[in-house]
Amino acid sequence: MAFTAFSAQTSAAEPAAKRRSPIALFLLLPGILYLILFFVTPLISLVITSFQEPDPVRFGSFVNAFRWENYVIVLETYGEQSLRSAGFAALATLFALLIGFPLGYFIGITLRPYPLLQGLALVLVIAPFFISFLLRTLAWKQIFSDEGPIAGVLGALAILPPGQAITGTAFSVIFGLTYNFVPFMTLPIYATLASLDLRLLEAGNDLYGSPAVTFRTVTLPLSAAGVMSGTLLTFIPAAGDYINASREFLGSTDTTMIGNVIETNFLVLQNFPAAAALSLVLMAAILILVSLYVRRSGTEELL
Amino acid sequence: MNRPLPEDPMIRTLIQQAKRAQVSRRAMLAGAGAGATAVALAACSTDAGGELTPAEDTSADDKTLNWANWPFYIDEDDDGNYPTLLAFQEQTGIDVNYLVTVDDNNSYFATVRDQLALGQDIGADTVCLTDWMVSRWIQLGYTQPLNKDNISNASNLAPSLQNPAFDPGREHSLPWQSGFAGIAYNTEQTDPVGAVSDLWRPDLAGRVGVLSEMRDTIGVIMLENGVDISGDFTADEFNAALDVFREQVESGQIRNVRGNAYTEDLVNEDTLAAICWSGDITVLNFEAGYEKWKFVLPEGGATLWSDNFLIPIGSPRKTNAETLMNYYYQPEVAAEVAAWVNYITPVVGAREAMFDIDADLANDPLIFPDEATLAQTKIFRGLSAQEENEYQAAFQAILLGA
Repeated sequence: MAFTAFSAQTSAAEPAAKRRSPIALFLLLPGILYLILFFVTPLISLVITSFQEPDPVRFGSFVNAFRWENYVIVLETYGEQSLRSAGFAALATLFALLIGFPLGYFIGITLRPYPLLQGLALVLVIAPFFISFLLRTLAWKQIFSDEGPIAGVLGALAILPPGQAITGTAFSVIFGLTYNFVPFMTLPIYATLASLDLRLLEAGNDLYGSPAVTFRTVTLPLSAAGVMSGTLLTFIPAAGDYINASREFLGSTDTTMIGNVIETNFLVLQNFPAAAALSLVLMAAILILVSLYVRRSGTEELL
Repeated sequence: MNRPLPEDPMIRTLIQQAKRAQVSRRAMLAGAGAGATAVALAACSTDAGGELTPAEDTSADDKTLNWANWPFYIDEDDDGNYPTLLAFQEQTGIDVNYLVTVDDNNSYFATVRDQLALGQDIGADTVCLTDWMVSRWIQLGYTQPLNKDNISNASNLAPSLQNPAFDPGREHSLPWQSGFAGIAYNTEQTDPVGAVSDLWRPDLAGRVGVLSEMRDTIGVIMLENGVDISGDFTADEFNAALDVFREQVESGQIRNVRGNAYTEDLVNEDTLAAICWSGDITVLNFEAGYEKWKFVLPEGGATLWSDNFLIPIGSPRKTNAETLMNYYYQPEVAAEVAAWVNYITPVVGAREAMFDIDADLANDPLIFPDEATLAQTKIFRGLSAQEENEYQAAFQAILLGA
């Protein structure tokens, strides 16, 4: 649904040829085959698994059934973790936006007269991707450790109460999510702002708009597409993230997110129906949230 | 495509034919797509049904071997080579592909279980897994019986490990290394810790780490409670230990519950004391250059576990795998490995061989435990599938905060 929203926008701008060409279908074939093999098939398998019930004969394996209670059970058991995932992901998206928008604005508009600096700044945004994000997240765990520099300074300033750790808290998990997803927010915003016609801003100024008004009525609506795709690129993976909140990285038993629950059910408990049901619930919840969001910000003007 | 067709009858027919051909091609491809889906779904199903039969052994013609093992679990030189393995290849001509692919018993099993259920080759001809996981493989019929004629050195196996409940007579498995789960503490930052109850001291609040391996963490707590974990303990006794664990996690006394990575917490001093594995502490102290951490067997007792060789049902190189086991059961070779990994070697005679390598290590009770040390340790008994499911679910619920 989110994807149709994007295409709807572009097709509204320049109506595409409505003619159905067999050549186009033919060219789409590899993509369609790919989707059938690697998306539709696993999805069907997941749906089937989510309704399975325990095999009465062979312990630990499951047989096909229509046990819809699986969904009720997982929602009852892991409701808290599900809500926490949505909350953490929303906060991380918000913080990523607060960091990513000014950054995108700076690179796309302020640095526009200096292409060299612009390129350099872009490289700086992308550079962290050259190192595995697992390693970078582990590095933060070390930096935030009890005897590490941050905890030492905050402790000395009496901001951090004695005995309070930074790692394994909601703060460190949301920090990790924000940190890891900032580039996904910055790049789309940069892309829309880089093509923003500066004469429109001058016009706003000429029409006695204060910088704030010009920003609100010109810059922001024109960058809405970037903000929207950035938000989706951040929120969707963040809600399902199971690395930052993992006990092995920045999380603890108090910060478990839905991704960790699914991982444990798949790999440790091997309760496949529960894991499959949770995965589908997560998928459905994200689809609903995202389509509501897209509908709101896609049809109306932002703000 | 609603353009009127040309007048010329010949071109008209040609175009109509071409259109039909296109439609049928599309239909055929759609059919192929549906077929692929069906095939893929069929491959996903794991209902094999019936007894599994071992794969045919082609060792005589195929001098290769894939060995899956845990990280840092074999002697390694500065160039990243494995000296004992190189010597084995030279002696036997068997080319060993050493795979460091086991990071966790459960996730390794989750990765290969579908192939095992179908009796297929999992890409490893021998794997080293922990007792309880080996027990599961044997119960499910996922292992091949060992031919002891090919492993004459198996007679060097320590007597205490010869008849475990999950594999009496060691017909399907042979220990690779053993170890203790006990307690370690930072000697510079905290007072000595001698028992599990010391971990709950107020001065260690939020600075205690425990293992995410249920049998080790809950095992030492049960031992502290005076329960014999090798005997027929009841669900109530298990749950009593679980309650202690839950209380300490929820109060924040326990900082974190981790797998192999718990050593990082000890090093950066997020944790000052931890339930941990014996060999790791030896390595940490070696890296620190002095005895910064001290490993103790808790007053209540420690758990003793082994990781064991087994041969998956679908492996076509059984004899090669047995040749490898036979090689590592030579005392000299076992001593060489033990000198590097610092866990307990199950091979009798390795201690004598160790005196030639490093006398200090030969006298280390954590590598070559004496009777008194062994008397303080217990092996967690095998759990029935039902117990396994219930206990593991309750334990994981605490880890997830659910």
